[in-house]
Amino acid sequence: MPTIIVDGISYQVDANDNLLEALLGLGLDLPYFCWHPSMGSIGSCRQCAVIQYQDEDDQQGRLVMSCMTPVTEGAILSIDAEPAAEFRSAVIENLMINHPHDCPVCEEGGECHLQDMTVMAGHSMRHYKGLKTTHRNQYLGPLLNHEMNRCIACYRCVRYYQDYAGGTDLAVFGSRGRVYFGRHEDGVLQSEFAGNLVEVCPTGVFTDKPLSERYTRKWDLQSAPAVCTGCSMGCNISVAERYGELRRIHNRYNSEVNGYFLCDRGRFGGGFVNHEDRIRRCGVRNASGVYDPVSKQQMLEKVSALISAAGSKVVAIGSPRASLESNHLLGKLVGRENFYSGLSGREQSIINAIYAIQQTGGARIPTLREVEAADAVLILGEDVTNTSARLALSLRQTVRNRSKEMANQIQIPLWHDAAVRKLAQDEKSPLVLVTASEDRLEDVSCLTHRAGPDDTARIGYAIANIIDNRYSRPADLTDNEQTLAASIASILKNAEKPLIISGSGSLNLAVVEAAANVAWALKGENKDSGLIYCVPECNSLGVTMLHDGNSNNLDDLLSGSDDIDVAIVLENDLYRRAGSTAINSWLGKVKNLVVIDQLDNPTASVATLVLPAASFAETEGTLVNYEGRAQRSFAAFLPQGDIQGSWQWLLDIADQVGTQKFGSIRQFDQVTEDIAAQNAALSGVTKAAPDASYRSGAGQKIARMTHRASGRTAMVADVTMYEPQQPVDNTSALAFTMEGANLIKPGEVPSSLTPYIWSPGWNSNQAIIKFQAETGGALTDSDPGVRLIATASPVADLHTRHTTIPAITRHQGGSLQLVPGYHLFGSEELSAYSKAIAELTPRGYFAVHPDVAGQLGVADHDGLETQINGANVQLEVVVSESVARQCVVYSYGIDATGELVHEKRGTFKKAESWESSRPSNLIMSDR
Amino acid sequence: MIKGILDLIRNTFTQLITLKMVLHHTFSPPDTVQYPEQMPYLPPRYRARIILTRDPDGEERCVSCNLCAVACPVDCIVLQKTESEDGRWYPEFFRINFSRCVMCGMCEEACPTYAIQLTPDFEMCEYDRSNMVYEKEHLLIDGCGKYPGYSFWNVSGKTISGKDKGEAENEAEPVDVRSLMP
Repeated sequence: MPTIIVDGISYQVDANDNLLEALLGLGLDLPYFCWHPSMGSIGSCRQCAVIQYQDEDDQQGRLVMSCMTPVTEGAILSIDAEPAAEFRSAVIENLMINHPHDCPVCEEGGECHLQDMTVMAGHSMRHYKGLKTTHRNQYLGPLLNHEMNRCIACYRCVRYYQDYAGGTDLAVFGSRGRVYFGRHEDGVLQSEFAGNLVEVCPTGVFTDKPLSERYTRKWDLQSAPAVCTGCSMGCNISVAERYGELRRIHNRYNSEVNGYFLCDRGRFGGGFVNHEDRIRRCGVRNASGVYDPVSKQQMLEKVSALISAAGSKVVAIGSPRASLESNHLLGKLVGRENFYSGLSGREQSIINAIYAIQQTGGARIPTLREVEAADAVLILGEDVTNTSARLALSLRQTVRNRSKEMANQIQIPLWHDAAVRKLAQDEKSPLVLVTASEDRLEDVSCLTHRAGPDDTARIGYAIANIIDNRYSRPADLTDNEQTLAASIASILKNAEKPLIISGSGSLNLAVVEAAANVAWALKGENKDSGLIYCVPECNSLGVTMLHDGNSNNLDDLLSGSDDIDVAIVLENDLYRRAGSTAINSWLGKVKNLVVIDQLDNPTASVATLVLPAASFAETEGTLVNYEGRAQRSFAAFLPQGDIQGSWQWLLDIADQVGTQKFGSIRQFDQVTEDIAAQNAALSGVTKAAPDASYRSGAGQKIARMTHRASGRTAMVADVTMYEPQQPVDNTSALAFTMEGANLIKPGEVPSSLTPYIWSPGWNSNQAIIKFQAETGGALTDSDPGVRLIATASPVADLHTRHTTIPAITRHQGGSLQLVPGYHLFGSEELSAYSKAIAELTPRGYFAVHPDVAGQLGVADHDGLETQINGANVQLEVVVSESVARQCVVYSYGIDATGELVHEKRGTFKKAESWESSRPSNLIMSDR
Repeated sequence: MIKGILDLIRNTFTQLITLKMVLHHTFSPPDTVQYPEQMPYLPPRYRARIILTRDPDGEERCVSCNLCAVACPVDCIVLQKTESEDGRWYPEFFRINFSRCVMCGMCEEACPTYAIQLTPDFEMCEYDRSNMVYEKEHLLIDGCGKYPGYSFWNVSGKTISGKDKGEAENEAEPVDVRSLMP
């Protein structure tokens, strides 16, 4: 490690860093704008100047831009030298010339990197008296505000949007003082990652629109460390509240998972927490079908009377979107044999298979950071951008590995962003897509093949067989499939760290098994192969691991013939997982349906008893992400009304029943300990975060509020003059107050308990550099979460495991293969309730290839109908070249598609009396 | 010994000075005034009851930036931002708990729009403390207060109805992005 001398003090730094990274990593303050740890340096803002001296005798030195200067052994530098400080101060004064007097009415104010840097450079007054340049703003959709006047032209937004996130509709226009960052015309930003502009922009050009509607300054937000429930990636988020409402979701850095970025579903999908359809009181359905509110105690008495009635048959349905704790207690309450995982039989069998594959140790399960290190990627039947969006953002970095390799060859440092990109031009690491319909990653893929799920699996099997002929070979491979598989196999064999991605998205077991075969075959070739399975929901893997992959599933229950006295449904809308006919006929056999849920969904509205459950923002819970990483999510605020965490409801019910099943379990931490004790696979969950007894160095709890939170003595003064005590939190080490550990010193608070990021002089989220062990690397206190699936040595004879190869997909008496098509906005149940996301959700559709449309005699905007299990489903037709033949792609989770998720095939005909309600310009890939 | 004698002399002397002072006050006229019959003079800059003022055009000056609330040492101000149809930010509610207020004037100093101002009216006595909680309708006056003529929206770069981009003070016309002029 080279030694550098900064203002007379010697430091050891990393030779691969540039000076700015090195200096920031040492904890020194140096202003910057255009540099971003994920995006490297371009040296455009001239803000990070320091003085570098030739040698010890050099008294004058020269100005260098630290972000563009590599670290060299023995470099003598000065940050404080007057010429450097003066230069930086002059540069920022220039940048500020046209900056409007907007801070009081700017959503960035109080967490603005520009404010921080201006103060850091020593300014407090404006001297410029001339005219300011102004710009017109654009409408950028329901997620982001645009206020172009505030721009300081650092180019971070376009570098992020185009270079990093692969977007095409945000660019820089104009010349000299006229440069303009925006779209070619008003319109919704098309990238799924546009929301990150809020954090990427150092000032308030792009701001969070939903936050702006109910705006609160950062210092007034009460935050908690939480885990996103939007998909299975388990991105770390910081959830913030004011006046009992969720106000915003912000990125919480975790170097192994989400890094600096979230997807828009994660960032803007929390709106359901404040939704008017929230269930806030306990309700009992009366004879006329209307719900009468009852008190919490009355409800507990009713539920316990039902459960403890002699000889009553009680079953429970868990949920892949509820925490491990809630699912565990539910299973404990009714007994393992009466607990059903809440996944459909089809989903459960796939996720069981995924879990079994992950345990074989045949291939690594890479974290998202490791994904970015892969040198070849094969995606089998998973629309990653729409099911697990954050992974797609990582894959967009993965394909850059080729350019990094080229840069290494001619010794261009990798942080030299513009140079590396210029050098590589369009050279990319290979990414191969085999999907049933259009995929947003096509622009970075080197090979895209369109195939239905069964055919995708066949290709997967064929690839594995070509790599290692001990793996099963599909019979009657077509020539096309043969050549395709051969070329994909050779791409993968040329790589050192190939990555195979698949998942439950296509609802097809064979695809999952074929993907494993490819990864295992590559492992057999001594490749460091990685295998990622995207699973549907935030805790799908957790609920599967809870019973070691042996849970009963929903279909086992629905197909049973027993009469049931009480069925308890935990945070699960059954109508999304099975056909309505099956559910309704099952409900006929259920005397009492008890639903514990957040929103008034179709299942809750047929329940006998409804118990209001807390959302992810209001209660604790442990979730297991796609890689088997258990992460604890904490409550940002206490909910109003009767709402409480599902686990708390179950503890209260057990208490009321007087059952001894729960033993001495009274507290959240005890539930987690019980999970660890009862399930070998989950024995690590207690390590996901410190328990409620944790105290920081000074013996304090960790404050959820900032040390500047305002309004304490006036907040409830309209109701009472007696300022009530802040709510006491017994379930976690966090406190609902501003007293306690306030993150003044990095490392003072464990990363898994860090509610928000702030450091003196660094009010924006960029303060994270103060909490990293090295710039852009792991957190000082290691990253949150614990991996539960150990990398074991491979099980022998992997090639004998998966041999059931589906037949080639052909027309079977006019029936077509049903393939779910996912949408970042709309396919996930809870996020779809957010107002902004609902606006971007497409209408339900059946998408078909033009050939199929011709056979069915339909065109765009016609209706297609199908009879499935007694239900008639009608949706609008979208005709698209990019849908595989023999397939009908339906909008998963949008409109009446719950009926379809069970079926592999369907017979379609034109819906005669169909009236199109779709705006004419929507195509599938549009949001 | 000598030190003891010196101390004795010094102490006796200070006692005499004190006596002289007391006797002097006994025969001089009192400073106390008969409030409320006799009102004291309070300069316009005297800091007491807080008001919210309006722009010269009669609209609320407060843009709900929250700076008063965060500056308040006793945390007695709360407000919530909302936005009017013409694009102005304004407080949906604005509450000051005067039973906590120490009239320090930090809110006035923090206010970037001259909305919040302290007035010389200090007579705020209530039997019921809850009457000391002032909502926006109690705080808002009809005029500009101490700073006539100032309008924040004329300085800010944000568009509101009636003030387009480029129409604020010291603003150039919005740029034409398509211009190719050097």
